[in-house]
Amino acid sequence: MGFFLETLFGGLMSGMLYSLIGLGFVLIFKASGVFNFAQGAMVLVAALSMARFAVWIPNWLGFQNLLLANVLAFMVTAVLMFVMAWCIERLVLRHLVNQEATALLMATLGIAYFLEGLGQIAFGASVYTINVGMPKEPAFLFESVFDGGVLLNLEDLTAAVIAALLVASLALFFQVTATGRALRAVADDHQAAQSVGIPLNRIWVIVWTVAGVVALVAGIIWGSKFGVQFTLATATLRALPVVILGGLTSVPGAIIGGLIIGVGEKVSEVYLGPLVGGGIEIWFAYVLALVFLLFRPQGLFGEKIIDRV
Amino acid sequence: MTTQLRERIGDVVLEMQNISLAFGGVKALTDISFDVREHEIRAIIGPNGAGKSSMLNVINGVYTPQQGSITFGGEQFNKMNPRRAAEMGVARTFQNLALFKGMSVLDNIMTGRNLRMTSGILAQAFRLGSAEREEIRHREFVENLIDFLEIQAYRKTPVGRLPYGLQKRVDLGRALAMEPRLLLLDEPMAGMNIEEKQDMSRFILDVNDEFGTTIVLIEHDMGVVMDISDRVVVLDYGKKIGDGTPAEVRQNEAVISAYLGVAH
Repeated sequence: MGFFLETLFGGLMSGMLYSLIGLGFVLIFKASGVFNFAQGAMVLVAALSMARFAVWIPNWLGFQNLLLANVLAFMVTAVLMFVMAWCIERLVLRHLVNQEATALLMATLGIAYFLEGLGQIAFGASVYTINVGMPKEPAFLFESVFDGGVLLNLEDLTAAVIAALLVASLALFFQVTATGRALRAVADDHQAAQSVGIPLNRIWVIVWTVAGVVALVAGIIWGSKFGVQFTLATATLRALPVVILGGLTSVPGAIIGGLIIGVGEKVSEVYLGPLVGGGIEIWFAYVLALVFLLFRPQGLFGEKIIDRV
Repeated sequence: MTTQLRERIGDVVLEMQNISLAFGGVKALTDISFDVREHEIRAIIGPNGAGKSSMLNVINGVYTPQQGSITFGGEQFNKMNPRRAAEMGVARTFQNLALFKGMSVLDNIMTGRNLRMTSGILAQAFRLGSAEREEIRHREFVENLIDFLEIQAYRKTPVGRLPYGLQKRVDLGRALAMEPRLLLLDEPMAGMNIEEKQDMSRFILDVNDEFGTTIVLIEHDMGVVMDISDRVVVLDYGKKIGDGTPAEVRQNEAVISAYLGVAH
């Protein structure tokens, strides 16, 4: 039982990371109807910027405080994400309004390659580490209940708490502020939103910035665990099944989808893996996504699209 | 809010001059001119496919006419866009209900206040005093509007769950929240039963009376139109075939034949 719980926790932790990346996809899809292939590249650029500025800024200013360096690097990167969002709106989205979804999709592919290239030109192509001072030592829970307790990675737990806080504050922002209301309005109906004078262009910049900050947090968690390198951009495509499972239009869907896939991967690997020779973790998410595409293409929480004939 | 008399009609506020609109080879509107006076209720009627909705979309800036110009509040345009129109005080409702379905009635109507909210996104995010006060002020306005439209009981209900007649009312409320100078209503009574139609007519007249809002409305139902509007434009196949008071239009030969058919 203790071992099962350990596996479960492990799955939930990695699921949290998938959820964060999936959340980036959902935010942009809801507001602009674009499936953003560049989300992975955004995570990469954000993580690279975070890793480099956390080293550069103390060097330039000549101080030695890890916390201060990280806070400053975070702020600089957040501003960078805003500039990126502004450029994407100005140079790409604005010119593709009312074009076919495929054209927008291809445009985000282009943005992805551009960002990957630019990120490496600006920040270098080596493997970097992000050190935000997350606790590394493991903790034991329920020692009185099970023999030996349940081993829990404190780093994962911290990451999960950060992710949960981020999601909660985003949800609150969407629910209670005027801008959040405008964002939800745009997600529901472009035409009506324009008719009450909600500026689509500004909303898009805001959404892409928010998606950028979500990418930044995902990048920090990922980077401090596995290091920052080029493969990060493609690794994030593993979050693709998450949004298929949860539904492209649902924020709770992205979160629950991520958790299901995280847990499913770990549990099936540990308990079914030995029977089929292992490796389930690699394909589990994709097969699950495939099953969903066949039987419930709108995902768990997505809106069913009914076309009138 | 002072009640104004019915003989309140003022100067021309909107003038459409020689508007022509075509989609590829299909002519939706051909050389149409008419004006709308301050505080009046102006109806656009016509059979299916006459170009009524296209006309409304031209005023609102969704479509750009190939020819003609629009003069609104003394300024002349060849081109509008929906956001600009909104900024100039043009609000609209939609024929097929374009409400924000997942949002509550209150939130839907609050979006109508968007242009009047000035506090920055960060002030809102951190709930600074100024943003908070602004939100409360606008909330008060919207609550009054909800009372006016008699939908208090549904304030927190997601609009997608409301019956059709009430959704139409929310649509009207959202447009009214903009405190528009010109209100465009695209078939406000389409698909309603008699009772709902009467309610809606009453709201339209009240809005016109109490707020002095100039209204342009499109409607199928001749009876309703004749009852509530001051002047009527009649379109048929994208051409203007009649213009005048309801009594005048009723006598118009071309209008009668367009609606009832004519023996050849």
